[in-house]
Amino acid sequence: MAARQQLQTGTVLDGFTIGEKIHSGGMASLWRVTKSGIDIPIVMKVPTILDGEDATIIVGFEMEAMILPRLSGVHVPKCLAVKSIAEQPYVVMEYIQGTNLLKLLDEAPLAPARLAQIGAKIAAALVDLHRQNVLHLDIKPSNIMLREIGEAALIDFGLSRHLQLPDLLEEEFNVPMGTGPYISPEQVLHNRTDPRSDIFSLGVLLYHFATKVRPWGIPKFNRSLRERLWRDPVPPRKLNPAVPPWLQEIILRCLEPQAANRYPTAAQLLFDLQHPDEVRLTERAERMAASGFWTTMRRRFRSAAMDNEQVQQIEERTVTTAPIVLAAVDLSEGMEQLAVALRREAARVLHFVPGARLACVNVLKLNRIGLNYSRDEQGRNIHVTRLVELKEWARPLGLGAGEVTFHVLESPDPGAALIDFAKSNNVDQILICARGNSNLRRYLGSISSKVVAEAPCTVTVVRLPASANEIIEELDTLEQIGMP
Amino acid sequence: MRIGFLSDIHGNREALDACLAQAERQRVDRFVILGDLVGYGADPVYVLDKVMELHEKQDAIVLLGNHDAAAITGSIEGMNQYAREAILWTHDALDTAQIGFLKTLKSSFEEDDRLYVHSDATAPDQWRYVTDVASAERSLRATLKRLTFCGHVHRPQLYHMAPMKPAVAFKPQTGTPIPLMGNRKWLAVQGAVGQPRDENPAASWGVFDTDQNEFTYLRVSYDIESAAGKIHAAHLPQILAARLYIGR
Repeated sequence: MAARQQLQTGTVLDGFTIGEKIHSGGMASLWRVTKSGIDIPIVMKVPTILDGEDATIIVGFEMEAMILPRLSGVHVPKCLAVKSIAEQPYVVMEYIQGTNLLKLLDEAPLAPARLAQIGAKIAAALVDLHRQNVLHLDIKPSNIMLREIGEAALIDFGLSRHLQLPDLLEEEFNVPMGTGPYISPEQVLHNRTDPRSDIFSLGVLLYHFATKVRPWGIPKFNRSLRERLWRDPVPPRKLNPAVPPWLQEIILRCLEPQAANRYPTAAQLLFDLQHPDEVRLTERAERMAASGFWTTMRRRFRSAAMDNEQVQQIEERTVTTAPIVLAAVDLSEGMEQLAVALRREAARVLHFVPGARLACVNVLKLNRIGLNYSRDEQGRNIHVTRLVELKEWARPLGLGAGEVTFHVLESPDPGAALIDFAKSNNVDQILICARGNSNLRRYLGSISSKVVAEAPCTVTVVRLPASANEIIEELDTLEQIGMP
Repeated sequence: MRIGFLSDIHGNREALDACLAQAERQRVDRFVILGDLVGYGADPVYVLDKVMELHEKQDAIVLLGNHDAAAITGSIEGMNQYAREAILWTHDALDTAQIGFLKTLKSSFEEDDRLYVHSDATAPDQWRYVTDVASAERSLRATLKRLTFCGHVHRPQLYHMAPMKPAVAFKPQTGTPIPLMGNRKWLAVQGAVGQPRDENPAASWGVFDTDQNEFTYLRVSYDIESAAGKIHAAHLPQILAARLYIGR
């Protein structure tokens, strides 16, 4: 192993000029650095390796050095350079300007709307991370930065897992890897392959911010980590009556000991955090006490039988299961047949994908100029009328309350409104109708062609078969306007 | 530098050509051929000529496999019935120059931080299989080199082992570059070019990028119909043709 350089302010290492030391901890120290040609603030993270070569620190460093360069986007620090453990080990990354979430804990309990907003930002970061096949596995306030531009960024990937790369931590430790108060039941049982583990930890964080109390306190021994396998947390509303039922529903669903009972994806959690009115309330929402003694004991007994082997057998999940499907429902006159075809397509998609969630969206087109009336000629509230019609459209699908949501958007540009909704809610697939098989519309631009061109996801265009007459008519029109 | 690893070609001309064509698209600079050039397949002459050409013109490193060793002498001890028939047929098909080339091959080779070997590194001439974490650990403990590349089992698999820890297996995904991180040993078992047995009939090979320190497992489809047809025409055991279609 090459001799390691003693770092100090002013040293130049591989072109990086070392500046001020901004953090010195048991695992790593952080130095501000600069390099010509790099115009964003950057830091060098150097693992604290003592003579004993602590395996935890080395492997944590290697994990981060392996994963960080493979990540991109606003939800992670940009990685600029990595040097391996065989030489002078370091990672150079973007210095994220903003607020560490730990600082906000002093303000807990946060107002529900504000907490949902922050939770949504973290969930959005998880969606982006999971999309890149990476699980963070150490979600906690100190590992989350709120950027000045508003997005949440996740830091410290020392315990993370890239699902397509070897897990360097797999054989390393007999103890569960994570942070005591936040660690998921799967991690307690040594399973590091489930994206829903991050959802659990985010649930702990939301609970803490909502009540100022940690659901299972700060576990002192490894064996007390198992408590979360069988003991319900005290319902947040019991600790803080200001927590609304929808927020308790979200938090307790994240904290379900069985991953299968949690939100299947971070995108679905994000969806609920962004649409409190659409949260399906269950018994969790109204719960005012943790389970009784006998139920708890029964669970405890059962949890003793859950061992590593069993959990390891859980199939590795691909992160795109349980998608959010958006049906863009046009309710205008003359579109009845297409609306039926759209519903048939929706039924088909939902039938083949378990856990899918349907968002039925209708756009109320506003005039760009002039007055917009919120009531029709009969004086009915147009928004409410549309909602009722949407529900009526979806009724034959026979979906349960947690499987379908309804949204009436208002915009002068329906295509843009649909694309925005798909982006902000991480929609996986859009189902949309095209009026006839019209080249004319393709030239002049229709809503569906705009959506197809600009949507961030798969788009399925539903059409009715064109009749011969329609095609001739269309050709005539094209000729008239000089588009052969 | 990008090194292409080809193992267990087993006289399959179509599979070898498909891999070499993909290697060109993958900007491979050089090849390491991990043994078992012949046996099973009906084109040992073509495969050997091609490998000898790669060896001479592009400095390819070529290692000896158990089927190559058997083809030199025509000795069939310890082989199953189908392999025996194929070896006897192969031995007759090769000329003295080709046999002469096989005789020059070594069963292991070390280069920089890498060990190349056909089978388990503990005893390269005994042709033991690396099929699980126990055998991988045995092989990894037998070398001081950080990276080992071997073949012989016809199923791609990656193992890694940190100091003082047991070995761990990882099932690689085709096409995903895997960083072979520093402070541990790695054993990259190659799939077979000419007779895959992991239920995927596509030819299997891999690329190691020495600058990036990344290994990528790759698959490429090839003309199985032709390769199988020649096995039939040569009156080699039919099962050797049939298994190409199902990759078992």
